Parts: sequence; C-alpha cells; structure tokens
Amino acid sequence: MAISDVQEYCHLTDEEVEQIGRELDAIRTEVEESRCAADAAYINRLIKVQRGLAFGARVVLGASAYSKRARIPGAVLGSAMLGTAKILENMEIGHNVMHGQWDWMNDPEIHSSNWEWDTAQPAEQWKHSHNYVHHQFTNVLGYDNDIGYGILRMAREQKWHPVNVGQPVYNSLLAFLFEWGVALHDLDLERIRKGQKDPQEMKRQLGQIWRKGRNQVLKDYVVYPALSGPHWRTTIVANAAANVTRNVWSYVIIFCGHFPDGAVHFTEEEIEDETRSEWYLRQILGAANFEGGRFLHIMSGSLGFQIEHHLFPDLPSNRYPEIAERVKALCDKYDLPYTVGPLHRQYGQALRTILKLSLPNSWTKDNRVYDDASTRGDTPPVPEGPVRERRRKSDAERPTRRLELGAWSRGSAKERA
Amino acid sequence: MATDTTPRAAGQRQGWHRVRSVGSKLTTPLHPDDYLRFVNPLWTARELRGRVEEVVPETEDAATLVIKPGWGWRWQHRPGQYVGIGVQVDGKFQWRSYSISSAPSRSRRTISITVRAMPEGLLSSHLVKGLEPGTIVRLALPEGDFVLPDPPPDKVLFLVAGSGVTPVMAMVRTLHRRGTMPDVVLHYSSPTPERMIFRDELAQLEEHHDSFTVHRLHTDTDGMLDPARDLDEVCPDWRERETWACGPGPMLDALSEHFEAEGVAERLHVERFNLQLGADGGEGGTISFRNSGKEVEADGATTVLEAGEQAGVGMPYGCRMGICHTCTLTLVSGKVRDLRNGEEYDQPNEQVQTCVTAAVGDCVLDI
Ligand code: FES
Repeated sequence: MAISDVQEYCHLTDEEVEQIGRELDAIRTEVEESRCAADAAYINRLIKVQRGLAFGARVVLGASAYSKRARIPGAVLGSAMLGTAKILENMEIGHNVMHGQWDWMNDPEIHSSNWEWDTAQPAEQWKHSHNYVHHQFTNVLGYDNDIGYGILRMAREQKWHPVNVGQPVYNSLLAFLFEWGVALHDLDLERIRKGQKDPQEMKRQLGQIWRKGRNQVLKDYVVYPALSGPHWRTTIVANAAANVTRNVWSYVIIFCGHFPDGAVHFTEEEIEDETRSEWYLRQILGAANFEGGRFLHIMSGSLGFQIEHHLFPDLPSNRYPEIAERVKALCDKYDLPYTVGPLHRQYGQALRTILKLSLPNSWTKDNRVYDDASTRGDTPPVPEGPVRERRRKSDAERPTRRLELGAWSRGSAKERA
Repeated sequence: MATDTTPRAAGQRQGWHRVRSVGSKLTTPLHPDDYLRFVNPLWTARELRGRVEEVVPETEDAATLVIKPGWGWRWQHRPGQYVGIGVQVDGKFQWRSYSISSAPSRSRRTISITVRAMPEGLLSSHLVKGLEPGTIVRLALPEGDFVLPDPPPDKVLFLVAGSGVTPVMAMVRTLHRRGTMPDVVLHYSSPTPERMIFRDELAQLEEHHDSFTVHRLHTDTDGMLDPARDLDEVCPDWRERETWACGPGPMLDALSEHFEAEGVAERLHVERFNLQLGADGGEGGTISFRNSGKEVEADGATTVLEAGEQAGVGMPYGCRMGICHTCTLTLVSGKVRDLRNGEEYDQPNEQVQTCVTAAVGDCVLDI
C-alpha cells in the first residue's frame, strides 16, 4: 500500500501528483523571494502590541488592587488584557517564530533558535515534538503524537479501550490544562510507562520542564500577586483566568486543525516511499481550515490557514491569506478536497468525534462522507490492527526530516551533560 | 527569550546586572530589556545596537554615519579597528564591517564610520543614500589588529587609497587629539580631488601640524602609485618608517611585494577590506548536519557555512566574516579550524562560527 491509494486523490496520475508538487514549490519560491520590509514590520508591530498589552495588563492588575472601587473591574480588564497578550504570544508570535517563519530577517531577537514562549513547555522540546514529529508525520497513526495527544482516541483506526469512555472528561481537563498537557507532550509518557525511555534524556527533559514551569508559576502566582499588596488574591484569580482563557482558546484552535470531518488520517504503510509531492498532498488532506476575519486569524496564530501552514510551515504567517487563494485554486483544478468551515462547525465536528470515539466503533457511525463514492470506489474499510499497539519509532529510525518544517535541535542527554 | 544573545555581559555593571535578573522574574521568559527597548531602542543589552544620529555627506558618494551605541558598548576601540554593522534592508539585516573613523572618545558618546557607496554594493549605497537619522542598527564590537601602537612610532607612513583612508583617519585624529603627532607622511590616492574623503579636515591638520604631510595622488590624471618607481620619490626615508597601508587588494599586493623585496616586510601593516582566510585551512572531510540528516564533502578551504549552503541546509548567517556571530552553531563532534588564525575547536558541543571555520576531518553540526 502506498499513499497513492488514499481515496481522495487516487484519481490523479503520478505525473499530476508531481505537477502539483511543482506548482506548490513555485508558490513557495515566489513568497520566499518577495519577503520584504512590510513583512518584517508586521511581526515587529505585533510584538510591540503584545508586549504593550502584557505590560498594561500587569499595571492595571497591580494598580487596581490598591483601590477598592477599581478592584473588580480592574481585575476583569487586566485578566482580559493578559489573556489576550498570552494568546498572541503563544499563537501568532511564539508558534510562528519557532517555526522559523521570521529567521530570514537575520534578527537574533526574533529567531527560532532562541525564542522562548510564555507557556509551560520549554521551546526546545516543542520544536522537536511539533516542528519535527508532528509536521513531518502529520496525521500518520502511530507516528504523529498530536492525534489525541496520547490522551484521546481520535481515529476509528485506534483500538478502543474501556478507559476511552472517560473521553468527555479527559477532553475538558485537556482544554483547561492545555498548557501543562503540552508541557509533558515531548516527554513521551507512553515510552516512559513501558520503560523504554532513555533515563538520562528523561532527566534532562524533566529538568527543563521543571525550570520553565517553575518560572511561569512563580511569575503568575507568587511575584505579581505579592506586588499587588492587600488584594493579592484577586491578582491570583485574574492571572489564573488569563492562563485558562489562553489554554481553552489554544486547545479549541488546535483541535480545529486536524480533527474536523474532512481531515484524513494515514497509516504507516501509506507513507512508505512517500515522495515530496505526496507529502504535500498529505498535508492538504490531513489539515482543515476555518474561516474568519483578520482579527480571528491573528488571534489563532493564522491556524485558520492550517492547510497552508502545513504546506509551508516556515513562510511568514501574514502571507497565508494570499497563499490560501492559490492553494484553493490548485485544489479546484485537480479536484482535491480542501476542508474549510466556520470555526464553530470545525470545532463541533472535532468534539463530536471525541464523544463518539469514546465508544467502540460498532456503536457509532463514521462521520466521514465520501462524495461521489461511486466513481472513486466505496468508503475504504477501517484498516485492521490496533494502532495504539504499533511500536513508536525513535528519531533514529525515522526518515530524514524535511528542511522547511522549521528548526529543532536536541542533543542526547549524554552530549549535553 | 531565555537565551541571552549578548556576548558581552561581562562589560555590564554589576548593579545593573542584578536589577535586571530580579526584573526577569517579572518578565520571564523574556528579559526586562525586551520591554525596555520599546521605551528607548538603545535600552537593551541583549544585543549591541546603535542609533544613527547624523548622516554627514563627505563626497558625492561617501557619507559619515554618526552612531550612538546603546547599552553594552565598551568605549575601548583602538584607532584603526573596524566595527560590524547590521542594517535592515527590505526587512532583512545585512551585515558589513567598516572602519571606525572617529578617534576613541567616551565623552562624545558616539562613534562614526565612513562609508563609500559601491556601484554594486546594495548595503553601502543604502547606508550612504537611504539611511535616515534615527534608524536603529545592530553593532558588533570593534575588532581588528590594524591599529596604531601606543605610544606611536617616531616616524610613520600611511599609504591609503579611496575609502582606505577611514581607519587611518581614526589614527590621525587620535594623534591630533592627544597632541602627540610624530613625523607622519600620508599618501592618499583618489581618482579625483572631489572624491577625496576628509579632504578639508586633512588640509587643516596639515596646517596645524608641521610634522604632518599629505601627498595627494589623483589617479584619473596621474595614474596609480607604483611603489617600485614612486615610493623613493614620495617618501625617501620610507624604509625607516612604520607603514600602515589600506586600499584595494592589487595595491596592497604590490606594496607587500615591494616591501618584501626591499627586506622591510615587517614594517608594513596592511588592512584588507575582504575577509582574508589564511592558507592554513582544514583538511576537509564529511560534514554532517544532524537535524536535517544532510551530508556534504568539503575541502579544507570551504567554510562550514558554504558547505552547509551547498548541501541545502538553511544555515544562519550575517556578516560572513566572523564578526556578528549570527552563524554560530553547535559542533556536536569532530574538529574545525578557524581560517583566520588556525585555532582549532574540537570540544563536544562547542559553539563555532561557521562562516570562518572549515572542517578538519569529519564533523557533525547541530542543525
Ligand atoms: S556570519 Fe557573522 S560571524 Fe559568521
């Protein structure tokens, strides 16, 4: 089996698949060559706004704690500002900077190699689990740990287990504690449980998480409350509200990226001998966009253009709208699906899948509808075999990574000691 | 950003350092400087920055940029040294290095560099024509051994052409400021009188000091300086003088040859504008780029940066001549040699500047 058996594009000849790859490469080159001062101004402006908001929020929270009348409105306003600042930082700034979208500027202060974001996960670990593992093995069951984050059963191909009944609960916990879930993501709890994790590497990662998490917690729950004097409790609550707002928001946006009904999952066999063009196709088929205005897109880190982001993770996010026009046209031309819908529908579908898959397959029906099933053959059967039990590959066993996925770097524990 | 990209924390005052590290409890994972720089772009020590205060036209195609450096700058450059400057052109920081033409002085709080626009030089024309006062530039600390010793020798000869006058200007100004002008002969070639940078100031200095003589050569009408033919005439006692020469490559080559032939090579100090990588290269080998899984065979003269680019790795770079440190990567294993001075780096996880090092045998880099 190869990726060309995937239902959605088996109508294409090999030559057409290669042609699509060439057209996408051409888009990439054009955008790369046209990056200019206006793009640089965009990210610089955004960083300025974000830091202004964060600073303003701290001032409002601190100052209002000393005034009886202003305390409650100040706390509400301050936490809204802080939440917004954190969302902007994590999504449109941090995520995209760490993908290397702004490395071309040659500015060491806005560079994937040393950006550290305002959330619990150490940047270095995120670059590995996200830029490398997720973006390279997008939606490949058993390879891509972002499918359900090791907590949720998100594909019918994943074997059902009685613990899955609790999915609605795990899902809510994940939403509220998203930052901490992400913090543990690269540790690979599954491997630890099976005793397969290199103990030194584990120690190194835990140390990183501990230091990063400690600083984050100290800042929001100790230092700033202490500065707010008598009403430190209000500041704690406001900071917690800001963090939770950010958590829930990022969770929602991120679940809209690959779990709406149109996004396809793949099996290991399907990506054997995958060509570059087929990799592109997998990104198109595996991702889902949502619609919205400019503000919504900025607040969601441009992940409403998830398809474009997955095709070109290191091109500047402010260019995704124009890239999307061209990708859509390309999909029309080659009769490829392009999944897009309003945010609430995309998330609604992801949520429905979470709920349905808490039950065994035989109790529920697949949501995926294949248009024109008669000409493309019937809906393929769910592949045999429990994916959860497939052995996860280590980095060494994985194929060579693709360059444009963004930076990551990680030494083994020994090398860094 | 948790990683401090400042290579010069040592120069900061202790007290400030402590205030900043307490402040970072409030700003983590950023530095306080990341916020402060929005109040004043120079209030950051994360990286050396400067603000262009003035752009003074010198000739039709050359201008002096007066720059006020920000936090972290050490007022210690020696006359003759050059500085790396990074300017955003079309959104991207481009790096070049220019000699500092001002005399070292703390009191003025500025440095100046003099730039001549080259027809093909994107950055130099941008600096001369397009730079607004107020522009923020990145800076690298002064470097270079083309410097005047202190105290200066009794008899000095400067042989310069074109914008090669700038480092020498810093030396002459220093001698003037200190009031210690020894016996100095300056030979200055330029196509026309109008193209002579600092011509008024040089004339004034000449008037002011009896011991300072300027020879002007206009190559459009008089042809180039031929050391073998002209030097004895221009400056009969040149063999007894300590000589500093700066200008185009062919001129420096001719001078080196002549000084060599006359047996006084050790008296000549030259400054070349292009990065001169010594003959003492690495032996070459296979360079592997770990994260991308790419590999490339490189010979001992190819820099790691060039090799990486050939292999299609997205290598970071700035000045490409060893001054800005943008290109620094972790050497996981193996050995590289610095092409400028032959220094070797072979510690596991050592930080190396890829633009000035070449492989000595097989090595692995973390990118
Ligand atoms: S690129 Fe500037 S030091 Fe290497």
